[in-house]
Amino acid sequence: MTAPLGAGLGLKPQHGDAALACAADGLWFEVHAENGMVAGGPRLHWLEAARAAHPLSLHGVALSLAGAVPPDAAHLQRLARLVRRLAPALVSEHLAWSGRGESYFPDLLPFPRTTEALRRIAAHIDQTQAALRTRIAIENPSHYLRIDGHEWDEIDFLAELAARTGCGLLLDVNNVHVSARNLAFEAQAYVDRFPGAPVMEIHLAGHSGDPALGPALLIDSHDTPVAPPVWSLYRRVIARIGPRPTLIERDGNVPSFDELLAERAIAAAVLQRPAQPSEATA
Amino acid sequence: MTPLAFQSAFAQALFAPPRERGGPLAALTAQPAFAVYRNTVMKGCVDALEANFPAVARLVGRDWFRAAAALYARAQPPRDPRLLFYGDGFAAFLDAFEPARELPYLPGIARLDRSWIEAHAAADAAVDVAWFTSLAPETLGAARIAPHPATRWHWFPGQPVFTIWRRQRGAGDAGEIAWQGEGALLTRPRDSVQWRAASPADCAFLEACAAGCPLADAAAAAQRVQPGTDLAQLLAGLLRAGAIVPAPTAINGETP
Repeated sequence: MTAPLGAGLGLKPQHGDAALACAADGLWFEVHAENGMVAGGPRLHWLEAARAAHPLSLHGVALSLAGAVPPDAAHLQRLARLVRRLAPALVSEHLAWSGRGESYFPDLLPFPRTTEALRRIAAHIDQTQAALRTRIAIENPSHYLRIDGHEWDEIDFLAELAARTGCGLLLDVNNVHVSARNLAFEAQAYVDRFPGAPVMEIHLAGHSGDPALGPALLIDSHDTPVAPPVWSLYRRVIARIGPRPTLIERDGNVPSFDELLAERAIAAAVLQRPAQPSEATA
Repeated sequence: MTPLAFQSAFAQALFAPPRERGGPLAALTAQPAFAVYRNTVMKGCVDALEANFPAVARLVGRDWFRAAAALYARAQPPRDPRLLFYGDGFAAFLDAFEPARELPYLPGIARLDRSWIEAHAAADAAVDVAWFTSLAPETLGAARIAPHPATRWHWFPGQPVFTIWRRQRGAGDAGEIAWQGEGALLTRPRDSVQWRAASPADCAFLEACAAGCPLADAAAAAQRVQPGTDLAQLLAGLLRAGAIVPAPTAINGETP
């Protein structure tokens, strides 16, 4: 990978050839790794075509790094095969669990951040990086629940994982905003304290109020444009740590490719002039 | 509380009905926000089933389908994180599902939807008609051919499952359906899944080929289920569909 990664977009099959043909400066695409875990056929061929046109990032949602048991061997092997085949610019996963070996729950589930959990997750990350022969970035998840038994603050936990395993971090700014609202902490203080050096990628996305509880409970729904407070947190982060590959995630109410491209242009502009003190402190 | 105990209790609460939500994490799962996880997990399962079984969903309607899918998800949560493959037991579930009794062909429709997914995601293999014509006549009976990795076949006795399925997938005319047994052959010679009708002889032949039988035995199997089958025509049809490839042993001229 020679060209630097600027602002990227989640690759949607419905945007097909328009996405692949787009020549925007610094554009790259991200896909959920699980969607490419097939033996052959059009899905894989399409990913190969995308990879030939643009840098690609593989974002895993199911490795269950925070699981009580090690990552599923077959799943890890499939991920390794995909990494070999597509030579992605970035590979990422979540600080969450989603299965117990024999079952898979399609969500990113929380856990008490104990020292035992830190040891276990670090071992799972070591195992993953060894199997993939690449550094991976670990994403901060969205939080909804108050969980008893945390021994570690999330930022310290992530920083310690990076220090122990050499992994990178993926800072999801929308997740910070959503979690801060749901658990009543200060989002600005969180992003100000987040270690800059290990950050390999940034995620931006839209959120929405819970259908039952409204704005009292924000859901990381990825079905709306990025909200103004999230843009403002993002500007603050970039002003402090400098430009990083930034992805806009959109999974529901997916608009036209041009509309996503226009939203992406906002991130691209922030990356091009990161040190704007007036905006950084806004 | 061990991590395994925490995660087992959490997982159990994801699918438990309200009255069974006690247990060691009761204080956690009683928070209103726990519903976010319950809803996301259930929606993920049901959305995946709806995407994977489009003909079933169209036949029974969205509400009926999602209610049945939620029951299936509770009984059999996904094991494979690739949700494209979720629902391998859905046809069997529908077989035993009392509310589906009035639609006895529904499990067959689910089997064809499932076969479409399998064909869609199967390994690639070159389809080459020339290899077959190059076989010497005297070695033909001992030659081995294999179904293309994407080839799936079904015979549905007594039910026009293929016609019903094809219409739900937006193909086939809207004329009256003859109520009789039908077979289906799905494959993917290149990037898009193709389908056509299959005879009992086609199905028996492919079954024998998949089991590693030489051509002479596969032909005999086809004749057994459908005496008088024109074997040359059967083979030409499967070759044209891109449904068969040389078995690895046939290429190398080795015995298995």
